[in-house]
Amino acid sequence: MRKVTERDDYEVVVGIEVHAELATESKVFCGCKTDFGARPNSQTCPVCLGMPGALPVLNRRALEYTIRAGLALNCSIAVRTKFDRKNYFYPDLAKGYQVSQYDIPVAHDGYIDIEVDGQPKRIRVRRVHLEEETAKLVHAGDDIISANQSLLDFNRSGIGLIEIVSDADMRSADEARAYLTKLRSILVAIGVSDCKMEEGSMRCEANVSVRLRGSKEYGTLVELKNIASFRAVHRAIQYESARQIDLVRSGGRVTRETRHWDDARGETAFMRSKEQAADYRYFPEPDLMPLEISREWVDEIKSGLPELPDARAARYAREFGLPASDAALIAESRELASFFDGVCDALAKAGAEAVDRTDGPREAAKWLVGDVSAALNASGIELSQSKLAPELLAELIGLVASGKISGKIAKSVFEEVFASGKRPGDVVRERGLVQISDAGQLAAIVQRVIEANPGPVSDYFAGKEKAITFLVGQIMKETRGRANPQETNRILREELAKRA
Amino acid sequence: MSLSREETARLADLARLSLNDDELARIAHDLAEIIDYMEKLAGIDRADVEPLSHVLNTVNVYRDDRAEPSLSQEEALANAPDRQGEFFRVPRIIDTGEGSEA
Amino acid sequence: MSDNINARLCHMTLHELHDMLAQGQVSSREITSDVLARIDEVEASVGAYVTVDREGALSGADAADAAIARARRVGDAAEIGAVVGIPVVLKDNVCTRGMRTTCCSKMLEDFVPTYDAAVTARLRAAGAVIVGKANMDEFAMGSTTQTSIFHVTRNPWDPERVPGGSSGGCAAAVAAGEAVAAVGSDTGGSVRQPASFCGVVGLKPTYGRVSRYGVAAFASSLDTVGPVTQDVRDCAIMLNVMAGHDERDSTSAPNAVPDYTEYVERGVEGLKIGIPKEFFGPGMDEGVRTAVERAVHALEGAGAKIVDVSIPLVEHALGVYYLVATAEASSNMARLDGIRYGHRPEGRSGMDVADLMSASRGQGFGMEVKRRIMLGTFVLSAGNIDAFYGRALRSRRLLKEDVERALAQCDCLASPTAPTVAFRFDEEPDDPLAMYLQDIYTTLANLAGVPAISVPCGFADGLPVGLQIMGRMFDEGTLMQVARAVELTSGFDRARPEVGGCVK
Ligand SMILES: [Zn+2]
Repeated sequence: MRKVTERDDYEVVVGIEVHAELATESKVFCGCKTDFGARPNSQTCPVCLGMPGALPVLNRRALEYTIRAGLALNCSIAVRTKFDRKNYFYPDLAKGYQVSQYDIPVAHDGYIDIEVDGQPKRIRVRRVHLEEETAKLVHAGDDIISANQSLLDFNRSGIGLIEIVSDADMRSADEARAYLTKLRSILVAIGVSDCKMEEGSMRCEANVSVRLRGSKEYGTLVELKNIASFRAVHRAIQYESARQIDLVRSGGRVTRETRHWDDARGETAFMRSKEQAADYRYFPEPDLMPLEISREWVDEIKSGLPELPDARAARYAREFGLPASDAALIAESRELASFFDGVCDALAKAGAEAVDRTDGPREAAKWLVGDVSAALNASGIELSQSKLAPELLAELIGLVASGKISGKIAKSVFEEVFASGKRPGDVVRERGLVQISDAGQLAAIVQRVIEANPGPVSDYFAGKEKAITFLVGQIMKETRGRANPQETNRILREELAKRA
Repeated sequence: MSLSREETARLADLARLSLNDDELARIAHDLAEIIDYMEKLAGIDRADVEPLSHVLNTVNVYRDDRAEPSLSQEEALANAPDRQGEFFRVPRIIDTGEGSEA
Repeated sequence: MSDNINARLCHMTLHELHDMLAQGQVSSREITSDVLARIDEVEASVGAYVTVDREGALSGADAADAAIARARRVGDAAEIGAVVGIPVVLKDNVCTRGMRTTCCSKMLEDFVPTYDAAVTARLRAAGAVIVGKANMDEFAMGSTTQTSIFHVTRNPWDPERVPGGSSGGCAAAVAAGEAVAAVGSDTGGSVRQPASFCGVVGLKPTYGRVSRYGVAAFASSLDTVGPVTQDVRDCAIMLNVMAGHDERDSTSAPNAVPDYTEYVERGVEGLKIGIPKEFFGPGMDEGVRTAVERAVHALEGAGAKIVDVSIPLVEHALGVYYLVATAEASSNMARLDGIRYGHRPEGRSGMDVADLMSASRGQGFGMEVKRRIMLGTFVLSAGNIDAFYGRALRSRRLLKEDVERALAQCDCLASPTAPTVAFRFDEEPDDPLAMYLQDIYTTLANLAGVPAISVPCGFADGLPVGLQIMGRMFDEGTLMQVARAVELTSGFDRARPEVGGCVK
């Protein structure tokens, strides 16, 4: 695989089309359930099987979710819209046409703000429209008899689907990945889709072209399909842009085509030419009435929008003084954000003595982006699947803040809490980890250490400040780390001063 | 005005209809009549008229998002010309360029 | 059955049979048995049916008889539903759960729906007895019932003549006494024209008045479902059962449903009946013209005011109709791909799925269906869509406005239903365009969405002539009033054809 992806003389131009399945209870035009993983063809009816005479009726919530997505992506909402039939034949398409929207999408002209390497950038969202899912094709190749055949499950047929089309505003694989990450975090935050790429409830296609830097004209566009993860988006765009740049540099010409991303091989492969546009024969769907979306309804949906990731990150930074990067990282994940909110609530409730109103949340954020994320990565589970609860992390933070344990001990307590779900206080008690802060007790230990280490003591008097570190280390060794560091330091200096 | 054989064959492909030569020839002839109709309508067509897709003026016809009983698997598959267990079965798919995403 | 009634049960009207059932003079089993016997007698020469469900019909009749007996026992005879125990036939594009529904196409030859159409469900719930399914032009595309893959249907008035179409089986069955009433579909005249040819009453309701759910679509924005009956009162009764809002059909109208039978005997005193002058131009049979003019004159005699009106754009109706109907049909036929149901061709080894679909459709559809799919595909294809489909939709609005303007000057419009009486099989014009001309009077109502009824108004050369009355949106009531007046004054007097050696 080529390593070079962006070269100084060429720039990459990327537009992204995302399909997200709506998290409605029933399908968009019939009452069948939308549960993932049900027995094949057990969630179908004459409508979603395209039986003769069956007719569609619009699920109001599917439209509401589309409007909600449009608003969250800063779009304008159409006052009057309609459905159109997109006609083509494919075995996964029950009616020989897909009910979709052609010239009047529900939402149009919005944007998403992203940040790459500290550089903010606005990516325009051209349109958001509502359409229906196709059936699921299973390519049966596991035995010789069925190798040449495909199987169809219509459970997916007719699930509500929103298509979100960006403008060709991205200039790197990093920007494309940031756009997708932000888009997903918004859709998940507003509850319209679970956006699980691994289950196929979110899919993306990237349109990639390259051009000489500074050129006003776009290069020939190549459509990339079969991108099944965020990582794949990044890799596919990197690979494809490098391929195009190499091609152009060596005097070749990029052709308008669709290419298939092969994740295992890490390369794109030719799928089909797009020199001739498909003839979809769009026309207004006569079986569905037009839609008039009232200002009142749009306002109502807007006022019901939850806090979006950007606003949340800004609030975290403002209210708690979180560093911008931590705030963004937490706000982008609905799971992390709600966990963080839970910790803050628990801290406030405990009134946690010595935990300052902003210190606590800052500590919580540090834990979340640090040890918690590391532990989750190491164990390969989601936060919601772990035994860690917001109250436990809050208690741990409280123990440190009140001086019961040191920060270093806290890390070891965390490991046990994460693994077992035990209360941090119990772990500290069981393992006798309570910090020694009592001045008398500490003074005795300090004296012992001073007497046992005459060499370093004289080094200290000779001006070697470093010797102090050694002596503190010896005290920690003696107390198995439980000595309060600040107190130890203070008493040690006092005792040494007496002997000066 | 009439249509070329090639154009008629392209339409047949678009409509997924296998047609024999005789059928193609007859349809090419009939297509010319549709074109005549269209040309006659040019006389009354006005750009300022809103196209009429529905004769009723109703808008916003919805249903609530409520799951309703589906067909049983056996009912769903009852008319299948070919099936394998719980699935409908079709022969291999060669990508045509206009299909759903592969 | 009482002795003073010498007519056979199978020739009685729905309302006559209902009265006898309610009074306990006859049972549904007797009526149904006589209809089945009539089918045995004449079906070989008429060919109205493609499926007869004897067992289902008889058990339906028994259930109706039990319900009637129950109601009578508790003194509730007045509450017995108007169609309880009445044998009806449904056009074979109306889905019937568990009963083959083929659209008279090879494509659906073996298709057994797992669901009822909305009208089927309404009729079942109202206690009607479903005798079977009626022959039709394949997917309702045609006006002679000859494109059916099963067999031709012969006009009961003359076996050498067509019954009209596409609901030819329905009209022939009702005319021949093989069903008391029928349910057809009308996209461009498919209920009214065969009703006219067979001397029975046929109604195309207002678009949205009767649910389309479960009736195989031909052209969604034009399709309507309507009754075929022996007289106007029966038509009103059937419409009472069939009409109403259906939440499974987004295009179904929420308007309240009046009792249409209340309009039947109101007379035409003071009603203004418009005569569109463009409808009486050249191309109409002289016999048809004479019968229609006589009927209009009789209406005037009955107190109606006859006014001249104009629908200047009517000459464009057919053009708009064929552009819209074929475009929508090409898309509606696309679900018939032989994957989830439908015809799967033989000798398909080595075919990929696209070839399989093309072969399934190529073999499964007859020529007329293929022709319309091709025309519609052409109309909608890239580069044509605005010049063809867009132009058709804009012209359609102008036409609808034309019709509304005419209807603003009167209560309804009267015209022939068809320019000719039923023609001979061998008279079928080679030119499909000439066949399409059969639809000139009827398509206008589908394009505008307004209701229209065909009622027998007399004879020409011994064959029935239908008068069409077109009304305002949702004003089927006025159509009942006027049609009944035609019935009373035309002298047609429920005449029945001589077929199978049995005359009324
Ligand atoms: Zn369904």
